[in-house]
Amino acid sequence: MTVVIAGASLAGLTAAETLRAEGYEGAVIVVDPSTTIPADRPPLSKQVLAGEWPPERAQHRVAARVPELALDLRLGVAATALEAATRSVSLSDGSLISAHGIVLAMGAAPRRLPGDQPAGVHVLRTMDDCLALRNDLDKMPAKVAVIGAGFIGAEVAATCRSRGLEVTLIEVAPLPLGRVLPGELGGFIADLHRAHGVEVILGVGVEGLDSRTGTDGSQHVSGVRLTDGSVVAAEVVVVGIGVVPNTSWLEGSGLRLENGVACDATCSAAPGIVAAGDVASWPNPLYGEVMRVEQWENAIEQGEYAAKRLLAELQGTEMPAPFASIPWFWSDQYDRKIQMAGRPSSSDEIIIPEGSIEEQRFVALFRRGDLCTGVLGVNRPRHVMQVRMKLTESLSWDSAFSVFA
Amino acid sequence: MKIVVNYDLCESNAICMAVAPEVFEVRDDDFLYLLTEEPGEELREKMEESARRCPKQAITIEG
Ligand SMILES: Cc1cc2nc3c(=O)[nH]c(=O)nc-3n(C[C@H](O)[C@H](O)[C@H](O)COP(=O)(O)OP(=O)(O)OC[C@H]3O[C@@H](n4cnc5c(N)ncnc54)[C@H](O)[C@@H]3O)c2cc1C
Ligand code: SF4
Repeated sequence: MTVVIAGASLAGLTAAETLRAEGYEGAVIVVDPSTTIPADRPPLSKQVLAGEWPPERAQHRVAARVPELALDLRLGVAATALEAATRSVSLSDGSLISAHGIVLAMGAAPRRLPGDQPAGVHVLRTMDDCLALRNDLDKMPAKVAVIGAGFIGAEVAATCRSRGLEVTLIEVAPLPLGRVLPGELGGFIADLHRAHGVEVILGVGVEGLDSRTGTDGSQHVSGVRLTDGSVVAAEVVVVGIGVVPNTSWLEGSGLRLENGVACDATCSAAPGIVAAGDVASWPNPLYGEVMRVEQWENAIEQGEYAAKRLLAELQGTEMPAPFASIPWFWSDQYDRKIQMAGRPSSSDEIIIPEGSIEEQRFVALFRRGDLCTGVLGVNRPRHVMQVRMKLTESLSWDSAFSVFA
Repeated sequence: MKIVVNYDLCESNAICMAVAPEVFEVRDDDFLYLLTEEPGEELREKMEESARRCPKQAITIEG
């Protein structure tokens, strides 16, 4: 039997490890265009970018286990085409594999600004991205402009400040993290950055980049032009405006591509084909909502689940129950540890049962009618996890709130 | 089986507590406490899951 895994990062390698842990002894072919096993990503906007960790330290646990898993690991090789009905996968080295099972774990790639990309403009996804940016930061630029105040942008801004650099954070939405956080809390993030000396510009879009020509004729970024006509002068620009799932090679495969690889409630995209991690969207039965989760722990949890689900299908054993999860992530900014569980929407009511925003140490619960849709904690890890454990049972508001009774 | 937590790495995010509250407890002081250092064999799978999920790789299982 042969299982092909596309993507050798967190979700893909966790799936590979799970196949072995579940006793699967057939071939596991893992392909990834990256020429080395991808780094663990969270430290790339934190410790490695700050210069606190050497790059080798950003390795996730399962990467170290690869030798003992007896994988057919093909690095520098991308999956280029799939025929879902026959489960045949074409690879960039020209080979064609006819697989019994396929795990799609290609993650996502950062969006870039349209137009030319002069030197000094960065995105952040891989170790190479991180080291290129770090190298530019080492030159002590007079100003770093960060475009996009999502989690990556906010972390990069914090890390640059911790390195003593001047930072301007530019966000087109009225508040940071608008896609994930109800308003008041976006305001907290903006204030946190301002208190640390970041210039935060909200509600203004980016028109384009200015560049200057170096003595060797090369173009180097010199500033960010905003839609209100102003210009933020900057020698380094970091673009953190979201990601696009890596599914272009699946066009014409027969799979449904909608906000990533569209799966059923058991993370299956077609018979014998499962997806996991940043690339997978599935209806989460706890929320009755189709979601795609770009978070570290989900890549592990879903990678494990998808592998078990695939094996059950291939071996004809009992299928697992649908993938019901309460997504969870953390983000470190300055000395604040932010953690969030669940999936609030920006219109949910915010209730703060512990601490206060002024103290910068609090828990916020998100309420929609009788439901608690999520929890956010700033330096309050225990409460976040206790609420998450309740939410895993049900989203009942009363049950979640009872943690604070 | 012995559970060892590297407290220099641990950042008290309590993922392990969600997996195995009978062994891991993050308290109000935001520190992680082990309720037992030698959990019974029946908890092995949960211990392995905790180690797998720990974002800081702070948990090791000996024996
Ligand atoms: C800088 C940064 C900081 C982060 N910090 C946090 C954090 O603090 N907390 C948190 O919860 N989450 C964080 N995340 C998110 C987390 O790292 C991701 O959710 C996680 O990496 C997703 O894992 P994945 O395996 O699904 O995808 P990825 O890690 O993106 O891996 C996908 C792999 O698939 C490969 N691939 C792409 N196309 C193909 C193809 N055609 N064929 C074969 N292989 C292919 C890619 O090369 C890549 O190696 C961060 C992410 C970044 C970028
Ligand atoms: S999961 Fe790891 S880092 Fe988090 S509290 Fe447990 S041991 Fe510490």
